[in-house]
Amino acid sequence: MNASQAEKANNISKMKVSDEIVIEISNMNKWFGHFHVLRDIDLVVNKGERIVICGPSGSGKSTLIRCINRLEEHQKGIIKVDDVELNDDVKKIDKIRSEVGMVFQSFNLFPHLSALENCTLAPIWVRKMPKKDAEELAMKYLEIVKIPEQALKYPGQLSGGQQQRVAIARALCMEPKIMLFDEPTSALDPEMIKEVLDTMIELAEDGMTMIVVTHEMGFASKVANRVIFMDEGQIIEQNSPKEFFNNPKSDRTKLFLSQIIDH
Amino acid sequence: MESRYSFVRKDIVNEQPPPLTQAGLTGWLWRNLFSSMTNFTSLTASFQSILMVFLTFWLVYFCGGLLYSVIDFAILSAVWSDPDGVKRQVCATVKQGGELPADWYGACWPFIFAKKKFLIYGRIPTEELWRANLVYAGLVLGMGYIIWEKGQGRKWVGLIMLTIFPVASLILLTGANFEINNQLFIWTGVLFAIVFILGFLSSRNYLGEIFEQFSILFNFISLILLSFFILLLLFSIDYGLAPIDTLDWGGLLLTLLIAITGIVASLPFGILLALGRRSDMPIARVLCTMFIEFWRGIPLITVLFAASVLIPLFLPAGADVDKLLRAVIGIILFSSAYMAEVIRGGLQAIPRGQYESASAVGLSYSQSMRFIILPQALTHVLPGIVNTFIGLFKDTTLVSIIGIFEVMGIFRSASQDANWGSHVQHATSYLVAAIVFFVFCFGMSRYSMYIEDKLSRENK
Repeated sequence: MNASQAEKANNISKMKVSDEIVIEISNMNKWFGHFHVLRDIDLVVNKGERIVICGPSGSGKSTLIRCINRLEEHQKGIIKVDDVELNDDVKKIDKIRSEVGMVFQSFNLFPHLSALENCTLAPIWVRKMPKKDAEELAMKYLEIVKIPEQALKYPGQLSGGQQQRVAIARALCMEPKIMLFDEPTSALDPEMIKEVLDTMIELAEDGMTMIVVTHEMGFASKVANRVIFMDEGQIIEQNSPKEFFNNPKSDRTKLFLSQIIDH
Repeated sequence: MESRYSFVRKDIVNEQPPPLTQAGLTGWLWRNLFSSMTNFTSLTASFQSILMVFLTFWLVYFCGGLLYSVIDFAILSAVWSDPDGVKRQVCATVKQGGELPADWYGACWPFIFAKKKFLIYGRIPTEELWRANLVYAGLVLGMGYIIWEKGQGRKWVGLIMLTIFPVASLILLTGANFEINNQLFIWTGVLFAIVFILGFLSSRNYLGEIFEQFSILFNFISLILLSFFILLLLFSIDYGLAPIDTLDWGGLLLTLLIAITGIVASLPFGILLALGRRSDMPIARVLCTMFIEFWRGIPLITVLFAASVLIPLFLPAGADVDKLLRAVIGIILFSSAYMAEVIRGGLQAIPRGQYESASAVGLSYSQSMRFIILPQALTHVLPGIVNTFIGLFKDTTLVSIIGIFEVMGIFRSASQDANWGSHVQHATSYLVAAIVFFVFCFGMSRYSMYIEDKLSRENK
């Protein structure tokens, strides 16, 4: 993270978090067949929070955020998003999905549509927005992620970092209340990581509620207001980034931090 | 101090033409012909080169000979006209009572010209041919306009070709004015009214949550019932057209009718079956899998025999379904099963991330299928889809065995005509049949290659 990023990030970490609860997860459990991936998860997210989830691979962090927009189904416990409980009701799920944006590790852009069409598709068909308005909206967000000039290109013509920024713009076009990031920089080259993190920092500045699964500890320590460490499907430790990195309580966390800082 | 490697260029090299072995016709010939037969640097290489020379000459000789014999049969030795109207004798050798030399073997075109009407329209009465001509004209104009890329509103023309055109064609070709049982009318109407009201109420949420989920299904069924009702109505009207029996339809008209109906219907059915087979709902999955495996497991000939012989046995007396209609339905079901498997292959090639990101932006199942998954899946399997279309087009020849006279059936019956009986009658018939089928199948194949090329250019 460079100087300007660090300065911005410093301002972000001082931002206030509201009392309004947007996500409430209580005693949630999930199994893949016999494998108990998520165990007794309790998590309350307030509006405007920037939460970073970290942990070793296979610890269930991606699965946890994928449960929040029902890409994965949980078997026990309660997940409430924006006061709506997630269950088998397809209508509720579609409504929640339109309010929760998601960014994937592998971008998952629609390769047969241009960057602009990727962004306008959901506003047109889910929000029933006229095509012209949707295009204006899409251009607004493509400008925010700083690639308006790539609007008419297809994903295959864009670099990894540009693709991920289009993916962020696509999610933002639904004007979501919450953004979920599932290892957004893990598939990128080092130079491209920066442009994506810059975009995410700007989002945080605008007060977006964000849950980010990432290995970018620099980002976590400067942007997050809360860091969650997971292992074996459980939340092992959660704390403010300062406390988390400087003064970890559990042995498992200490081991994890020592391993990633060694490199 | 100057190093050993220092170098400065003094004379500039101008651009020069490539050697003869690289560019133009000579280059092509060199690369594709002579480069493999001019290597004499070692014993084995020389041996190979000599072998290639022989092989090349033999291939040229063989293919040339084959081509010449076809041209000779179809053009050079062929009989082109029958000025005296002697029919059989015009294509007969001296021994057979004609005037041609004893070893003559060539196409008998007057025979084909004489059967022209039969080949294009079947046994439709001459004074009613204008109706078939209208259908042909509509088909050529409509399809031509859809293929012509600069055309305005091609979507609407496509819609007309899929809805109004088939109905109008069937009315023209049958003459409509069917006597339709009043009860059928009433029942369809009543059923439509019930389902429509159900759909209306449930979409406005008057009937509770459970019904609301099915409102789309209700609307869909009521649309089908309404279309059926309108069709019944349209076909019961007297347009003043003389009735033509479907068994009098024939030749190219019938081949195109069966093939196009099969192609147009099997694609949507195939898509639905493929989606059903990959569905999370166990009942839909099992039903679709059973359907596909059943129709793939029996030969088309069996299906056609069953349609022509077995089904009438099970129908109640008086309820007669047209034989051609039965055969067409059999073909549609049969090819839908094949189509479903081709499309399933395409669906499986779409990465899971596409489904996930489509859901994550809030698209419903049908929206994500329509805008994200199917456009990609169908593009991937376009060669397979066209392969199935071409297969279907050629499979229509099988209906001739149940007494429906499409192109092959017409040729077979025409070549039985004793008035034209000669030793080249069959060969001429089969040559023309081969040309007809080749033109259509090759056309489809080239058009699909063009579309593939266009799609891959657009997405890059």
